[in-house]
Amino acid sequence: MSPSTQTMSPPDPTQTKIPPEAKLLKAPTGIQGLDEITLGGLPRGRPTLVCGGAGCGKTMLAMEFLIRGILEFGEPGVFVAFEETPEDLAKNVASLGFNLRQLEDDGKLVVEYIHVDKGAIAIAGAYDLEGLFLRLQFAVDSVGAKRISIDTLEVLFGGFDNTALLREEVRRLFRWLKDRDLTAIITAEKGEGTLTRQGMEEYVSDCVLMLDHRIVDQISTRRLRIAKYRGSVHGTNEYPFLIDEGGISVLPVSSMSLDHKALTERISTGIPRLDAMLGGKGYFRGSTILVSGTAGSGKTSIANFFANAVCARGERCIYLAFEESPSQILRNMESIGLDLHPWIDSGLLRFHASRPSVYGLEMHLAKIHKLIREFSPNVVIIDPVTNLDAMGTNSEVNSMLVRLLDYLKSEGITALFTSLTAGGDGGSVELTKGGVSSLIDTWLLLRDIEHNGERNRGMYIIKSRGMAHSNQIREFLLSSTGIDLKDVYVGPSGVLTGSSRLTMEAEDKAFALTLQQEIDSMQQKMDRKKQALEAQWLAMQATFQAEEVEMLQRMEEKRKVQSRTAVDREEMGMSRKSD
Amino acid sequence: MTIDKYEPKPPGPVLEEETETFLLKLYVAGQTPKSLTAITNLRRICEEHLKGRYEIEVIDLIEEPALARTNQILAIPTLVRSLPTPISRIIGDLSDEDQVLMGLNITRVK
Repeated sequence: MSPSTQTMSPPDPTQTKIPPEAKLLKAPTGIQGLDEITLGGLPRGRPTLVCGGAGCGKTMLAMEFLIRGILEFGEPGVFVAFEETPEDLAKNVASLGFNLRQLEDDGKLVVEYIHVDKGAIAIAGAYDLEGLFLRLQFAVDSVGAKRISIDTLEVLFGGFDNTALLREEVRRLFRWLKDRDLTAIITAEKGEGTLTRQGMEEYVSDCVLMLDHRIVDQISTRRLRIAKYRGSVHGTNEYPFLIDEGGISVLPVSSMSLDHKALTERISTGIPRLDAMLGGKGYFRGSTILVSGTAGSGKTSIANFFANAVCARGERCIYLAFEESPSQILRNMESIGLDLHPWIDSGLLRFHASRPSVYGLEMHLAKIHKLIREFSPNVVIIDPVTNLDAMGTNSEVNSMLVRLLDYLKSEGITALFTSLTAGGDGGSVELTKGGVSSLIDTWLLLRDIEHNGERNRGMYIIKSRGMAHSNQIREFLLSSTGIDLKDVYVGPSGVLTGSSRLTMEAEDKAFALTLQQEIDSMQQKMDRKKQALEAQWLAMQATFQAEEVEMLQRMEEKRKVQSRTAVDREEMGMSRKSD
Repeated sequence: MTIDKYEPKPPGPVLEEETETFLLKLYVAGQTPKSLTAITNLRRICEEHLKGRYEIEVIDLIEEPALARTNQILAIPTLVRSLPTPISRIIGDLSDEDQVLMGLNITRVK
């Protein structure tokens, strides 16, 4: 590969230097995702070869390219049909919501049906396919076409047996297309060991797309790959694509960079106590949350409470259920006091339930992408993500999840996955999804704690990037009023939950009560003593007071006597005429 | 469009099927060597084997490209036997006389 061309095409000495001013012009296809992986579309004014086996979607791609060209980019088009009649084509695309007839009536599209009699023509002498060129020219002129799709040119090889002549004519056709600056799609059947059965790839040097419809383990997936795109950077992977009511969507699922913006906004988990554990504010918006745990540990409940909180804020949430039907989930949630019906009615919450085995991994990914694009949710919940495990090898599942997480992050969508872990103790529970765990921002682990003949649920936060979070194990309680997280009992005999916790709590309470009672009784005793002493004191005081009064009275009397004695003595003296 | 008409001559003592008149349309694209060869060859063969009971219509698709679509013409030149039915087609410059006669379903005149 030459570094200057930066394509995956084999080295080509004539093409190694491309001056920047000769940069390839591209014609956007308007097909969801295709323009992203081709970084702008197909080479403008040049033919692109689309090859693949029967039923892989070549015709659809060729047709949608034209229709979107007309509807979205105002470029009229010609569809040259070698295989299907205009009626069939119109019917086929009508199922995708396109009105071919209308486009034809509006003078934007010509469907040129070219019937090739297979072997029914007598050949008497030299000929060429000038008639084909005249017809194409006529069709192109009649609408001023900028785009043309030829489906499938190789049919010619079935109708005429002069292969040398046909090759010459095909070569002439490609020249003809280029001379007219037509952006073209030419479809071709896949061959044995070659890109196309008739070696069309040797005529098209600019861009080759390969479509594939593969069935692995009875599950079919359509894939698209850019085999070659001269002069352009492009994605080199196989990209899954779907054909459904909205046409083709190709999923550029492995984003090329790691540059999603980290959001600082926090959103509630829907469980106040869990918010508290996560630094008091809940998850980061746009982060990825993994809730893993054994069967029946309450993963779905955590997911649903989150969904409820999301919708209560007026935001949108997609709930992808791979295990239970929506109605079952709703019923079960009602049993823990959560009614999600209003959110479904108001359109904020959408359930999408499917068995993992209905289609392959890629298809699931494709469907999820499509749903996300249509619904533009703030939050995506996948419950449980582990059900996808059966759909491929570990590395395939991991790579799918990586791509999905990447996509969600790049869109700023908060994602919550639940993951079923195998039972067993301690360590192994945490090892689940080893490949994915590094992508997870917040990881909650739900565990069964078996003790004393009963099972209880415990919850703790394995990690939560970028926030202070609790390191405590909490007991996770589900009741008819919802989820409650209780502090576990940590005492001399270890971590206790459930009834053991209740017992220990009761014992603690009893002990506390006894102490209190003792304290109370001592207090009372003291009070009584104080009262008694006070009473004594009062009595003594009263006695003293009484004595005091008496004493004072007697003292007064004495004083009176004293003074009277003095007076008497004076009077006596006066009477005796003493000197 | 050039139409060459040949008045059929009074029928001689011929077989029933040989009384039918052939309507032959030759589609060409301009005055290319192949087209001219085809016209010449066709006239010669008709004169030789269908004398007096044929009509040739030469259609130049450069002048009337829409007819290529209506009549599903791809190869140039294409000869279409419109009458008698069934319609049959022969492509090429008609230099292979055996193929032309076989294609038109005409018995060779010895």
